[in-house]
Amino acid sequence: MKIVMAIIKPFKLEEVRDALTGLGVHGLTVTEVKGYGRQKGHTEIYRGAEYAVSFLPKLKIEVAVATDLVPRVVEAVTAAARTGQIGDGKIFVTPLESAVRIRTGETDGDAL
Amino acid sequence: MKSRLMLAALGGLGLAALGADAALAQAAAPTPDKGDTAWMLLSTILVLLMVVPGLALFYGGLVRTKNMLSLLTQVFAIACIAAIVWVTYGYSLAFTNGGALNDFVGGFSKAFLRGVDANSVAATFSNGVVIPEYVYICFQMTFAMITPALIVGAFAERMRFSALVLFTVLWLTFIYFPMAHMVWYWAGPDVVGNAAKALAEADAGGKAAAQGALDAAMADAGLLFQWGALDFAGGTVVHINAGIAGLVGALLLGKRIGYGRDLIAPHSLTMTMIGAALLWVGWFGFNAGSNLEANGTAALAMVNTFVATAAAGLGWLFVEWAAKGKPSLLGLVSGAVAGLVAVTPAAGFSGPMGAIVLGLVSGAVCFVFCSSVKNAIGYDDSLDVFGIHCVGGIIGAIATGILVNPALGGAGIPDYVSNPGSLAVADYVFGTAVWAQIKAVLFTIVWSGVGSAILYKIVDLIVGLRVTQEEEREGLDLADHGERAYNY
Repeated sequence: MKIVMAIIKPFKLEEVRDALTGLGVHGLTVTEVKGYGRQKGHTEIYRGAEYAVSFLPKLKIEVAVATDLVPRVVEAVTAAARTGQIGDGKIFVTPLESAVRIRTGETDGDAL
Repeated sequence: MKSRLMLAALGGLGLAALGADAALAQAAAPTPDKGDTAWMLLSTILVLLMVVPGLALFYGGLVRTKNMLSLLTQVFAIACIAAIVWVTYGYSLAFTNGGALNDFVGGFSKAFLRGVDANSVAATFSNGVVIPEYVYICFQMTFAMITPALIVGAFAERMRFSALVLFTVLWLTFIYFPMAHMVWYWAGPDVVGNAAKALAEADAGGKAAAQGALDAAMADAGLLFQWGALDFAGGTVVHINAGIAGLVGALLLGKRIGYGRDLIAPHSLTMTMIGAALLWVGWFGFNAGSNLEANGTAALAMVNTFVATAAAGLGWLFVEWAAKGKPSLLGLVSGAVAGLVAVTPAAGFSGPMGAIVLGLVSGAVCFVFCSSVKNAIGYDDSLDVFGIHCVGGIIGAIATGILVNPALGGAGIPDYVSNPGSLAVADYVFGTAVWAQIKAVLFTIVWSGVGSAILYKIVDLIVGLRVTQEEEREGLDLADHGERAYNY
C-alpha cells in the first residue's frame, strides 16, 4: 500500500476527483494548505504597506491505494491537475504500513 | 463656526456681563422652528451612526482578525464615556463663558446641565433663530464621541484598554473641550447683532458705552474664533486635533511587533467599505447639521460633502493606479474619508466647484503621505489617523480660507455687525483669511500635540500604555477582552 499525496491548484480538485473515481479509487482527504515552489507569489499593497506574499493557497489531497494501482493513480492525477503553467503542484508517494477501517475492523487491503 | 451661546436662560452668565440685556429684552424671545429642530434631531443621530458602527467597522476591518473586537470595543466604549463626561461637565467647559479663562475654556456654570430644560434654547447662525438647547447638547455630544474615537486607529493593536479609558477622559477634559470652546464658542448672532444695533442707534454721548458693549460681545468668544479662524464642522477641533494626538501616541507607544516584516494586512476590507460608506452617510449630519438650521447653507454643506468626497475618492484612486499599478478599494474609500475630512471645515463656506478641487487635492496628497512620507519617516500609525485626519484636516482648514472667497464661489466670511440683525458678507482679504487659518492650524497642532504627549506620559505612569509582548502576539481580543470575533 502507498499514500499518494498531491499538492494541486485549488480549482483542479473536481477534475482530479473525477479521474480517481474513474480508476475505482473511492475516498480521499483534502486539506487547504499554503506553500511555494517555483511559482512566484504576488504583491499586496494596503495604502503604503507593500507585502510580497510568497505562500500561495493550494490543496493537498491524500489517497491510500494498493501498490499496483499507484502508477495509474499518479498518471491520472498528473493528467487531471496539469495546466502547463508554473505552479501546477507536485505528487509524492510514500509507503503505507497498515490501514484499518474503524467501523468494521477490516485491515490493510480490505480497509481501503 | 458652529457654536453659539445659549440664549437659554436669558440673562445667563455671559449675557449679564455684556450689558446687552435691554436690547435683548426688547426683542420677543425667539422660539425654535420645528423644521430646524427636526433636522438637528436627525443630524445628531447621523453623527452617532458615524461612530457606531461606521468608524468602528472602518477601523475594525483594517486590523488583523485577532484585534477586531478590541477596535470595536474601544470605539463603542469611547462613545459611551464621552456621552457621560459631556453632560457631566464637558458641555459646560466647551460652551459657557469661562470668566478669566474664557479665551481658552468655559466654566462649570452648566455642569450636570444645570439650568437647562426642555424650554431652553441655543443660538444658531441666523439672527432670531434658535434651536432647543437639548438637541444642541446632543449634537455636540456626538462630536465629543467621535473625536477621541478617531485617535485609536493610530495605536491600534497595541494599546492597553484600561489605558485607553483613562486617556479618553483626560484627553476630552484637557484637549477636546478647550479646543471646542476656543473655536466654536461665541456670544451668538443675536447678542452681537443687538449690540451693533445699539451702537448704531446710540446718541453721541452713548457711543462710547455702546462701542464698549459691542467690543465685549465680540470678545465673548474662544481664542481662535476671535482670531477669525473659520471651521464649519470641525477641521481643527476634530480632525487636526485627533490626528496629531494619534501621531504622538503612535510615536510614544512604538511600532507593532513585526511592523515592516510580517504581513499585517486588513482582515476584512468588506467591513472597512461598509464602515466608510456609513461614515459618508453620517457625515451629512456632521457637516450639514453643523449649520444648526435646515436652510440653504445646510444644503450647500450637503452638496460640498457629496462632491468633495467623490473627488477625493477618485483622486486617491487614480494617483494610486498611476503610481502602484492597481486601483484599490482601500485606496478609494481612504480617499473618500480624506475628502470628508478636508471638506469638514469648508462645508458651509466653499462653493461646490471649490469643494471638488479641495477633494482632488486632499485625496492625492493624503495618498502620497500615507504611501511614501510615512514609510520614509518610519513611524507606525496603524490606520493612518495622522496621514488622513491631520493632513486632510490641515489641507481643508487652510483651503477654507481660500475657498470662502465669494470670487471663487465661496459663501464669504460672515459679518453680523455691519448690518445689525442680519447676516452680511465681510470683505474678503486673502492674507487675513488664510493667515487666520494657518494660525489656527499651528495652534491646534501645538495644543493637542504637546498636551497629548503629557497625557500619554501620565497614563503610562499610572496603568502603562502598552500591552505585553505575549498579549500583543496573542491579540487584544483575547488578552484584553477574553473573547474572539469569529468562531467558525
